[in-house]
Amino acid sequence: MQIFHRSTNTISRATIYGAVFLIAVLLWAVLELQRSPYITYAKVARPQPVPFSHQHHVAGLGIDCRYCHTSVETSSFAGIPPTKTCMNCHSQIWTGAALLEPVRESFRSGKSLVWTRVNDLPDFVYFNHSIHINKGVGCNTCHGPVDRMPLMFNEYSLQMEWCLDCHRDPAKNLRPRDQVFNMRYLPPSSLKPVTMDGKEYTDQLSLGTDLVKKYKLRTVTDITSCSTCHR
Amino acid sequence: MKTEDENGKQLHREEVCPGKKLSLDDAHARLAETKGPEFWRSLEELAGSPEWQEMMHREFPKGASEWLDSVSRRGFLKLMGASLAMAGMTACTKQPLEPIVPYVRQPEELIPGRPMFYATAFTMGGYAAPLLVESHMYRPTKIEGNDKHPASLGGTDIFAQASILEMYDPDRSQTINNMGEVRTWGNFLEAIRGPLSAQKAVQGAGIRILTRTVSSPTLADQMRSLLKLYPQAKWHVYEPVNRDNVLEGAKLAFGQPVETQYKLENADVIVSLDADFLSAGFPGNVRYIRDFTKRRDPDSGKMSRLYMIESTTSATGAKADHRLPMRATEIGQVAELLEKFVEEGHPSDVFSSKGEKFAAAVANDLRAHHGSSVVIAGDHQPDGVHAIAHAINQTLGNVGKTVFYTEPLDVNPINHTESIKDLVADMRAGKVDLLIIMGGNPAYDAPAELDFANALKNTNIPLRVHLGLYQDETAELCQWHINEAHYLEAWGDARAYDGTVTIVQPLIAPLYSGKSAYELLATLAGPSETTGYEAVQSYWKKQHSGADFDMFWRKSLNDGWIEGTTFAPKQIAVKADLKSVMDRPTAGREFRSVLPQGAIEINFRRDPSIHDGRFSNNGWLQELPKPMSKMTWDNPVLIGPPMAERQGLKSEDVIEIELNGKKVTAPVWVQAGHPDNSITVFLGYGRRRAGRVGTGAGFDFYPLRNSSAAFASGVNITKTGESYKLATTQGYQTMDTPVGQRPLVRTASLEEYHKEPDFAREEEPPKDLTLYKPYPYEKEPYAWGMAIDLNACVGCNNCIVACQSENNIAVVGKEQVVLGRHMHWLRVDAYYQGDRDNPKAYFQPVPCMQCENAPCEVVCPVGATVHSSEGLNDMVYNRCVGTRYCSNNCPYKVRRFNFLLFQDWETPQLKMMRNPDVTVRSRGVMEKCTYCVQRISEHRIDSEREDRKIQDGELQTACQQSCPANAIVFGNINDPNSRVSKLKSNPRNYSLLADLNTRPRTTYLAEIRNPSEELES
Repeated sequence: MQIFHRSTNTISRATIYGAVFLIAVLLWAVLELQRSPYITYAKVARPQPVPFSHQHHVAGLGIDCRYCHTSVETSSFAGIPPTKTCMNCHSQIWTGAALLEPVRESFRSGKSLVWTRVNDLPDFVYFNHSIHINKGVGCNTCHGPVDRMPLMFNEYSLQMEWCLDCHRDPAKNLRPRDQVFNMRYLPPSSLKPVTMDGKEYTDQLSLGTDLVKKYKLRTVTDITSCSTCHR
Repeated sequence: MKTEDENGKQLHREEVCPGKKLSLDDAHARLAETKGPEFWRSLEELAGSPEWQEMMHREFPKGASEWLDSVSRRGFLKLMGASLAMAGMTACTKQPLEPIVPYVRQPEELIPGRPMFYATAFTMGGYAAPLLVESHMYRPTKIEGNDKHPASLGGTDIFAQASILEMYDPDRSQTINNMGEVRTWGNFLEAIRGPLSAQKAVQGAGIRILTRTVSSPTLADQMRSLLKLYPQAKWHVYEPVNRDNVLEGAKLAFGQPVETQYKLENADVIVSLDADFLSAGFPGNVRYIRDFTKRRDPDSGKMSRLYMIESTTSATGAKADHRLPMRATEIGQVAELLEKFVEEGHPSDVFSSKGEKFAAAVANDLRAHHGSSVVIAGDHQPDGVHAIAHAINQTLGNVGKTVFYTEPLDVNPINHTESIKDLVADMRAGKVDLLIIMGGNPAYDAPAELDFANALKNTNIPLRVHLGLYQDETAELCQWHINEAHYLEAWGDARAYDGTVTIVQPLIAPLYSGKSAYELLATLAGPSETTGYEAVQSYWKKQHSGADFDMFWRKSLNDGWIEGTTFAPKQIAVKADLKSVMDRPTAGREFRSVLPQGAIEINFRRDPSIHDGRFSNNGWLQELPKPMSKMTWDNPVLIGPPMAERQGLKSEDVIEIELNGKKVTAPVWVQAGHPDNSITVFLGYGRRRAGRVGTGAGFDFYPLRNSSAAFASGVNITKTGESYKLATTQGYQTMDTPVGQRPLVRTASLEEYHKEPDFAREEEPPKDLTLYKPYPYEKEPYAWGMAIDLNACVGCNNCIVACQSENNIAVVGKEQVVLGRHMHWLRVDAYYQGDRDNPKAYFQPVPCMQCENAPCEVVCPVGATVHSSEGLNDMVYNRCVGTRYCSNNCPYKVRRFNFLLFQDWETPQLKMMRNPDVTVRSRGVMEKCTYCVQRISEHRIDSEREDRKIQDGELQTACQQSCPANAIVFGNINDPNSRVSKLKSNPRNYSLLADLNTRPRTTYLAEIRNPSEELES
């Protein structure tokens, strides 16, 4: 006696192959979610006590990164400017602006401004700014076009695969040291070559390869060792 | 289990499961049939019981990996099921938004992310240990020795090293209290004003101030001006572990109190009369260790020889070339014999006792080393023994060469025991109206017959004030308690053992607005309040007046000492009538009393880890395995094997000790090498009000200890029949050395070494005999390696505490240590050899070997432990899922697993203490020594930025940096000129378990002893 209808065959086949597909889709969805701005906050501005505009200060006024982030060349931590740094100018200009009241209040009361961290790595990752600067990694290589950010956000996911992408092939991102803080730096092209040590480069690969040698970068094996970042 | 090797020699490598104890007869019998050197870690291992083999093959002792909490197995499985389902999801956690808080006005010298170092000093017993303290964003995080200071040369001791935990201890007193209620400093000032002005009228006749030993010039000055204001007031000094005997001995010999300093680097022969001079707590020990080990190098210059006569087992005894264990009472007699033989020589070859034979041989060696020998008497030996030591040193012409005398460091060099006796007498006589106790805990640690606690409670002293770090047993009995500022929080000054003054500068503002002794004294002396800073600075302004004071002050702070304050040696001579004076020794300090043959002596010793009890709330020190017994969290009574046999005792049996009608019950620990008919008890435990760590740990022996001497006879011991679980790490993490393999500790006499310099070497398997993929490490700029010189290591344990501090290593507690779950990345194994009644002993620090062919790596299913190009065996915590396969496969047993959440993630003080450069590990994660990879990274980045290579010696691991003996050398083995490369090419260099072909980067230099021919025969 036939218990199941003939159509069951088709249904069961569809279910089995469908399940494989479903699992694959679920997996893909999880991975996509993991890389999505929901998790990484990439390109998502975070709430801040003062809507500080890097666009205005960097592109508009031409202030160098290091005016505020003073320890970027010497320390692991780039440094968040103390209220005093803001007040160097803002005790003279925009002294009455309502937006700046938290800054003035902080200066008066001696209580720190509490910002929300934007470029936030997990606590088991030990990133060092000074060595990246020293090896010719530009600010905007990792932080994105900060000079075009009215409100600050992290341009990239800052996930491990993203870090490794460069650590596995640093040549593709290096630039001469004197261009590190140049927010409008463009990689060499035949239209806009980059000159270094009297030599003209028209493509990133040859420039990068020479810079790897010039700046004595450690080997890829070295800089992809776990203890480079985790300890 | 017994096995026989090809020669038919019986070898024993059997086991004990914690809890099962052997019969000592068995031990004795087995030892008798053993020939040649064999090393053992505990008497259990030596004697054997059926489970040894199994234990050795387990990474953790039985029970370590079992779930023993009250949660049922079923409930646990449910939880596990749930967490397994969620396990894959952990990677998807969304990071919470984090605040970032900049300064309002940032200090100029601060570079965020970079540590700063400040010179200061830790003081114990009046002796300053000069330090450099690492500070991250003005939070002190790590203590290092001041490498430019002659009293440290970069080394520290365990107490200084662990004092940072004391500062952050959440159990420290946080408020000013009056009768148990919280008060303010203002309230206290009000309360004390009346009584002070009343005292003014009677010239302070009712004022008593009790301090610990003080070497601070500023505090002395303050005290003098206070005593000028109140001429009838009295200053008492008391510490339970004091140097009364040293003081009295000097008075006896020279008629004046002097400080004795030793220059061990000039000594060819060192004789210690019960002086544990290589252990933390002995004044100048850090420098003495350095000087001692400098002369123990068999490869350069003449190796010194150490004779030790001791009444217990100590690390110094373990390093001795010849050691004579004997009861403390009898050491005086040997000292007298020694004096006689040094003067006259020994008349014949016939010896009436072991002691006489030893003394004769030592005397001959001393006589042969006129001017280059030294005799050191132990702090708890009576004054007579000290006087004899002074006399021998003078006879041998050692004064001015190896022995120096200076002014006493103690600004008030009075006899502590007499002082506290006087104080209690005055208290009972109703003469005290205002008692100020500054530091110290006499209600807990004063001599028993004085019953200080009772005197404090019941004599109706109108005003009792206690200044202390903890609300301890003494604070409880005082109306006022003032929370003291820790030395890392307050200004001060103190002298190092050589007299050099260090300004104690604070690293952080007082966490709980505590007050220092300087501030309290300034308040008492009035008229206005003075900060500690003002007090110290104004004193030194008086000493160094002049326009350049500012420069002088800054230089002193920067260097960590004040130029020109070192004591000059004194030219003094032993009194001519010493011998006749010695025949009339002070009552109660008799050193010629003869003990009946079978009488049992009790020996009161400071604890090697928690001293007199002041560090009992320090988890790092509580969990630190004591040098010889490897005991943690407890202070069992030490007895020797023969006595244990006679009394039918085994380790962990509880006994009742009766002395002068007082009784204490405590467990015993059978310690190989302990003198017969003697028991050693350690002070400092059994605290009632120490804090959450120290309260209730161990047993209090102060109730047995009278003021008369540091040891006593007439003890009665009865077995109670109970037993008490002790947490010793002695048998844990034992490396398996099967039959035919070379021992882990290798040793030879100097003579043997000269004959066969590479005795420790063994044939290593060829480099290519491996399935591991080869990596060209020699082509890398750096290949990190370490060499540990067993000859230099004195087993002081300092490296363990330094490692714990540097690497945020958790404290697990006694129950967890019993289960073998302690977390120390670095352990110091003690091995014994030979006669269990007086074995030779060796120390071996064991960190991760950083094997090139690492067995742990191949078994990790998730790649959480992998090799770096510089040869480090990296441990990646965030990848680890806790399978523990790696630690199962580690032949050196150096991996530690977080079975539970051992780290404190809640207490804010402890968060501030942690090293920000090292991950704080959570539950379920494996961890191990990383060669301080955070330091490697920091130095590599700094050197690359400066476009140079890391210089040899610039980069030090935490254990290496704080090692007073220079026993640990770390560096680049690809650089043939680095110190570590040179050590590795020394013929004494060998690897542990080399035949496994793991190619460990950590290697050892075999230990060489320098025995005398006369005593060897």
